[in-house]
Amino acid sequence: MKNTDNKRFIPRERNWHPPAYAPGYKTTVARSPRQAPVSLQHPSRSELTGPNFASLRLGPHDNDLLLNFREDPALAGQAGLPIGERIVMFGRVVDQLGKPVPETLVEMWQANAGGRYRHKKDQYMAPLDPNFGGVGRCITDEQGWYHFRTIRPGPYPWPNDINSWRPAHIHVSVMGPAISTRLVTQMYFEGDPLIPHCPIVHTLNDPEAVDTLIGRLDMARSRSMDYLAYRFDIVTRGELQTYFEPGATL
Amino acid sequence: MSQRPTLSQQPTHGGCVLYRETPSQTAGPYVHIGLALDVAGIPLRDEEIWSRLATPEADGELIEVVGTVIDGNGDLVRDAFLEAWQADAHGDYQPDYALNRPFNSFGRTATTAEAGSEWSFTTVKPGRVPAANGKPMAPHINLAIFARGINVHLQTRLYFDDEGEANAECPVLGAIESPTRRQTLIARREEGANGTPRYRLDIRLQGDGETVFFEF
Repeated sequence: MKNTDNKRFIPRERNWHPPAYAPGYKTTVARSPRQAPVSLQHPSRSELTGPNFASLRLGPHDNDLLLNFREDPALAGQAGLPIGERIVMFGRVVDQLGKPVPETLVEMWQANAGGRYRHKKDQYMAPLDPNFGGVGRCITDEQGWYHFRTIRPGPYPWPNDINSWRPAHIHVSVMGPAISTRLVTQMYFEGDPLIPHCPIVHTLNDPEAVDTLIGRLDMARSRSMDYLAYRFDIVTRGELQTYFEPGATL
Repeated sequence: MSQRPTLSQQPTHGGCVLYRETPSQTAGPYVHIGLALDVAGIPLRDEEIWSRLATPEADGELIEVVGTVIDGNGDLVRDAFLEAWQADAHGDYQPDYALNRPFNSFGRTATTAEAGSEWSFTTVKPGRVPAANGKPMAPHINLAIFARGINVHLQTRLYFDDEGEANAECPVLGAIESPTRRQTLIARREEGANGTPRYRLDIRLQGDGETVFFEF
């Protein structure tokens, strides 16, 4: 067991993250605690450790959504391609001190080019794409880089206000080195005019926080006659060594 | 390279630039596509991270832990996604996740209408883990709850009702000011299917009997 006794993570800034209760996003109204969270002043191994997925065996196309789904499983990795804008989504996972977060699991999921999810519960009239599933995962390399190849998701309507539409987005899940760094978020696309209209985006109070969720078009890493690239860097909580922990020995 | 910086900086910390943590967003209604493929109705990959943390070969007592998630109106949440992180029977965390091991410290589950809106894990009862001050905490499972309408995942713990003595001296349970609220974390042992003991904990997001959530 790695010694964790002198480790801690920079506290989460709760005003930077969205609040639990954000009534513009209606579902939060009945799903937000009324009581204050209980702060664990001195985190233990329970909070300072977390799973490492370096030994999880990934399939060859797990991070390639252009190839990893065919309605007929016998055709996986071949036959037709999904319809839509071919893109690469890539970036680096670093901690708040700028240190790369290597060997961490990055997972993503998304709708297809028409805004339809391949999920039993999605009844939107836009059709499924027989060659698109919408799920990817990869492990960051030694420098914290990850990448996916996919198609750009479409916006879709949802029952919040009378006429609410999600901007195009890709859900992103990152584990980081401990359950303290666990993070689920969404990447939006630079220039999307729906971003300022979205009640879920608006759960964030700080416009700068919204800005950090916007994937940037990166022409240098786009490939001619093939795909456009969007860069999305992810910052997980910084890890500090604590040399003195007076409270802990009381 | 992109024209604008993608990261936000905040005042320095000990002379270093501190970047701001990427802000959280809800996992949304279709979280299962990405993190619980079976529930979404998507074919499974060769290796999935799911709700069986332990096989019968694992050290310790094989148990099931089950429950529901209930919203502020008292209604069942049918689209919650949960993650568990717990020590093995000896009180050690096993960070290296591999499906061929008899025990992994990590697991995932979800509530669905088809399964009566219940989540469940198959695992072993965890041993005691030391708190920061070295004193043992009571056996517990760390749970994170994600769902549509939850902007930042909620962090809680599941304790066991047959660990009365350990629970009474657990520094984390003790940090909860209200003794009434401590009870919201204690799973009740009940008769399980085919002889496997089962513990039940309903998570109430809001209102009467609201579950204690932690920040750390």
